[in-house]
Amino acid sequence: MKQPKKTDMRTLRRVLKAIRPYRVFLVLSLLLAACTVALTLYFPILTGEAIDLAVGKGNVDRAGILSLLAKMAAIVGLTAMFQWLLSLSNNRIAYSTVRDVRNAAFRRLQTLPLSYLDAHPHGELVSRIIADADQFSEGLLMGFTQLFTGIITILGTLGFMFSLNWRIALVVVVVTPVSLFVASFIASRTHSMFRLQSETRGEQTALLEEMVGNQKVVQSFGQEEKVLARFDEVNERLRKASLRAIFFSSITNPSTRFVNSLVYAAVGITGAFSAIGGAITVGGLSCFLSYANQYTKPFNEISGVVAELQNALACAERVFALIDTPSETPDAEDAAVLSDPKGDIAMENVSFSYDPERPLIENLSLEAKSGMRIAIVGPTGCGKTTLINLLMRFYDVSGGSIKVDGRDVRTLTRKSLRTGFGMVLQDTWLKAGTVRENIAMGKSDATEEEIIAAAKAAHADSFIRRLPRGYDTFIGEDGGSLSQGQKQLLCIARVMLCLPPMLILDEATSSIDTRTEQHIQAAFARMMQGRTSFIVAHRLSTVREADLILVMKDGSIIEQGDHETLLARGGFYSELYMSQFRLQ
Amino acid sequence: MKKLLVYFKGYGRDAVLAPLFKLFEATLELFVPLVMAAVIDTGVAAGDKPYILKMGAVLLLLGALGLAAAITAQYFAARSAVGFAARLRHVLFRKIETLSFSELDTVGTATLLTRITSDVNQVQTGVNLALRLLLRSPFIVFGAMLMAFTVDAKCALIFAAVIPLLSLVVFFIMFATIPRYRKVQQNLDGVLGKTRETLTGVRVLRAFAREEDEAEEFAEKNENLLHMQRFVGRISALMNPLTYVIINLAVLALLANGSTAVDVGRITQGELMALVNYMLSILVELIKLANLIISITRALASAKRIGAVLELPEDNLAMAKAQGEASLPEGDAPAVAFRNVSLTYRGAGDASLENISFTVQKGQTVGIIGPTGSGKSSLVSLIGGFYEATEGSVSVMGRDVSLWDAAALRRLIGLVPQKAVLFKGTVRDNLLFGSEHASDAALWEALRAAQAEDFIRKKEGMLDAPVEQGGRNFSGGQKQRLTIARALVKQPPILILDDSASALDYATDAALRRSIREMPGSPTVFIVSQRTFSVLHADLILVMDDGKAVGAGTHSELLSACPVYREIYFSQFPEEAGKEGK
Repeated sequence: MKQPKKTDMRTLRRVLKAIRPYRVFLVLSLLLAACTVALTLYFPILTGEAIDLAVGKGNVDRAGILSLLAKMAAIVGLTAMFQWLLSLSNNRIAYSTVRDVRNAAFRRLQTLPLSYLDAHPHGELVSRIIADADQFSEGLLMGFTQLFTGIITILGTLGFMFSLNWRIALVVVVVTPVSLFVASFIASRTHSMFRLQSETRGEQTALLEEMVGNQKVVQSFGQEEKVLARFDEVNERLRKASLRAIFFSSITNPSTRFVNSLVYAAVGITGAFSAIGGAITVGGLSCFLSYANQYTKPFNEISGVVAELQNALACAERVFALIDTPSETPDAEDAAVLSDPKGDIAMENVSFSYDPERPLIENLSLEAKSGMRIAIVGPTGCGKTTLINLLMRFYDVSGGSIKVDGRDVRTLTRKSLRTGFGMVLQDTWLKAGTVRENIAMGKSDATEEEIIAAAKAAHADSFIRRLPRGYDTFIGEDGGSLSQGQKQLLCIARVMLCLPPMLILDEATSSIDTRTEQHIQAAFARMMQGRTSFIVAHRLSTVREADLILVMKDGSIIEQGDHETLLARGGFYSELYMSQFRLQ
Repeated sequence: MKKLLVYFKGYGRDAVLAPLFKLFEATLELFVPLVMAAVIDTGVAAGDKPYILKMGAVLLLLGALGLAAAITAQYFAARSAVGFAARLRHVLFRKIETLSFSELDTVGTATLLTRITSDVNQVQTGVNLALRLLLRSPFIVFGAMLMAFTVDAKCALIFAAVIPLLSLVVFFIMFATIPRYRKVQQNLDGVLGKTRETLTGVRVLRAFAREEDEAEEFAEKNENLLHMQRFVGRISALMNPLTYVIINLAVLALLANGSTAVDVGRITQGELMALVNYMLSILVELIKLANLIISITRALASAKRIGAVLELPEDNLAMAKAQGEASLPEGDAPAVAFRNVSLTYRGAGDASLENISFTVQKGQTVGIIGPTGSGKSSLVSLIGGFYEATEGSVSVMGRDVSLWDAAALRRLIGLVPQKAVLFKGTVRDNLLFGSEHASDAALWEALRAAQAEDFIRKKEGMLDAPVEQGGRNFSGGQKQRLTIARALVKQPPILILDDSASALDYATDAALRRSIREMPGSPTVFIVSQRTFSVLHADLILVMDDGKAVGAGTHSELLSACPVYREIYFSQFPEEAGKEGK
């Protein structure tokens, strides 16, 4: 029980830090809350006085009542105005905070190491930034509106009550802690239930992300029923977890309300006794009774708030855990900017693996002189994609070093290193936006002519012009209705626009028909002129012209040389090359 | 919302009991001011202490009964709200599984995900609160008015005037906020979409050093959301102050009129106090009602969005409508036949396929080749009935696709899609996708045929080796081979490889096709490819260009008769072109 408390405190401190920029509004909220409460509490006293002026038949002070009523009307107006301003101020705090938190979380996504992003289901991360942030903001909103007013009401009421009649006040004070006790008892029991609910929800979101995202595959394998069964299993667990969390936390209200009636009865009886003795007027008793209500109500609300805050805290914990995950090792302080690289790339005794227990690349060395065209071939899974991860510094090597222009990439800024490379991956990815925005991704100040020239060079211009709005056509999520090949053409145009000195082409042409490909090859050849290029391709025809062919297998380079040399050697490469004819 | 009510089935009893117990509790509460009035008018006036104690006991009893009733109500409310939400998620998910590919294309994943997660949550909260408070609050409001009438009809008229006025204010605010909450939700969708995008595109974004721009674009969407939220917040923040003013002015009116009534002896002092108490209890309830209405407004907006998904047209071949013929037709009908088939995607201007006709006998291999966007994938999607032909007919095993039971039809077909998709789990889980009962031996056989045996054997745990989400721990080529193996495990009579060997080298590709030919039951195979090498040996090669079949025949026939085919072939085998030239 101690451990979670500690993390709660840490999360709470984190939340407070997030609210800091809005402390002016926080103070304003406090002031407004105090004013609202003071006026609200003053009102019953006046009501009581008015009732006291109407004792019985023929014993009513009309004039006194009328002057009281005028005063009360003014107070009502003021209270309403303060209430409104209070809500506005609270909204401002809560909504702005959640915006800040989302922005921070999103910014963190941009700097998290890829190993983290690769290891966490995207659905779960999305659920933290969207759903958890929402729940957290709602909890915060409720907390602000009610916690402050609650506490101030309690204190204010106590003050007024003791000034009216300390004996009855004492009765109230003695009975009410029961309410607090009940509330905190329930809250401490429900925290773990809310956490379980939150976790199960995350699990469900991850499953949904996967199954809804790949719904076409699910349907074509006729797996709807089976996937539904899996979903239902998680769904049922979520139902149970939610029921427990919601029911047990919702006991709080009736319980505190019961304590409320205890207080009410106690005040009623002791008040009535005092009234007999003349220690209090009937109006005073009426005032006390409404205080008794007002006094316990915030306890009810606070306990409701506590339940909500528990939930909000569990969500905040998850959001802040994301925000506080360490970013990739930052660029070294003295990291140099790689400007106008020549494109000499050297890998010296590089070793790397995703999982320390399963070595992947070991002791890999290669040297690519500026302007060289390096083709990487080899059976699938031989480590070609990993090589790209390392060249782009998506992952850092665990041994050896990679050098560009003779400088270790770890001494360069990532930004300058990465923009030095042009990359076309096998997984075509486009952002939701117009065709133009997609092409200009690497150069946002590109002119219209440059964009069209790049599209033409990638042979994308003609199909783009046939789209409903040409270059302004909006491409939806994940490329929308474009075909795989069209998406790839856009990815190529994207690189054509920047023309960085080093290129990485990962099976870039695998989904493009050969006629188009021929044109692209020509464009590529022009583009590769004087640029260091790494081409991962399975079409041997495209690698025949490479200056250097790296034949990879199981994470290491087993052969290197140009096409003629490798063929003559009669090794793995020649076997690979000949196989296409042997089988005919 | 109305349409969603059917999903309360099974929780109907709970959904009725919850408010009933709440009403019982509310009734008990309504007696409290009367008991207090009696304490003052009878107990205090006469100095009757035992009477006061007796009334005190009555108050406690009312409280205890109220507690029991309320807890019962909370339980029923929670159970039905949570149960309802769970069922909604189930129904939504099921619905998503019956959406046709065209619907999936147009609606998009992000939207579907928010609907099934945060929208359902909103509905759950709304239902839970509604069951607890929606009846209770108006009940107390009208109950208080009734009680006031029993005290003094003339003073009670103030209640009768105030209640409609309050309702007016409450409804006005509600109608002003509902559509705006919908806008808030739309903005939230945008924020969610951006988050997903940055996760899927992280490599490209970082390669272009776009991190800063992405964060700015996100911040902009986030800012729009904030503005919408604050705008709605400003309107709904009016609720409390307005109701407060109305109620308290009513209290003032009560005091003015009530004191006159006391003066003429129509009511007692205790009764005046009771009247004021009743008026104040209306305020307490209204504040609850106002908060409730905000939640319900959001819930209704969410419910509407959920309803919209449930109303999407279903794939008429999908699970929900599996009522066609399931048995395999007798006789020697061709495996697949297209008759004058055209296909235009919804929302698209031009046809993606035009007037395609061909026939494939059982056991034959069909190669489909052509440029990007020429309609190759569209063509094979029609075989499984994933899209519907706009014109003409497609028949499988001699039966029109629309007459087939969808599940039975898809059991016949092993489809390897262009995009290699693996699911989180183990290699075995993925292979069993589609054929739960296959033995390990069958799995290995499929892996061998798909040229995936080697690398799986090397994996720790082999068949039990974990597959991360999206198959991230496998390379592109490995993923392709695993998806091929997955389709082979089914031993489908019709196998469709939709450009799914593109990441394989020629040797692997060739070995793959050889082992497929040698598979038991000699399946009918469709190979969609960009490379002539992959389709050379097919019994029939369809050459697609711009949605039309510009050539059909064997390799040698096409080489002499189809210029498009010749061009493709010679671009890939320049040596052959050279020979031809000599």
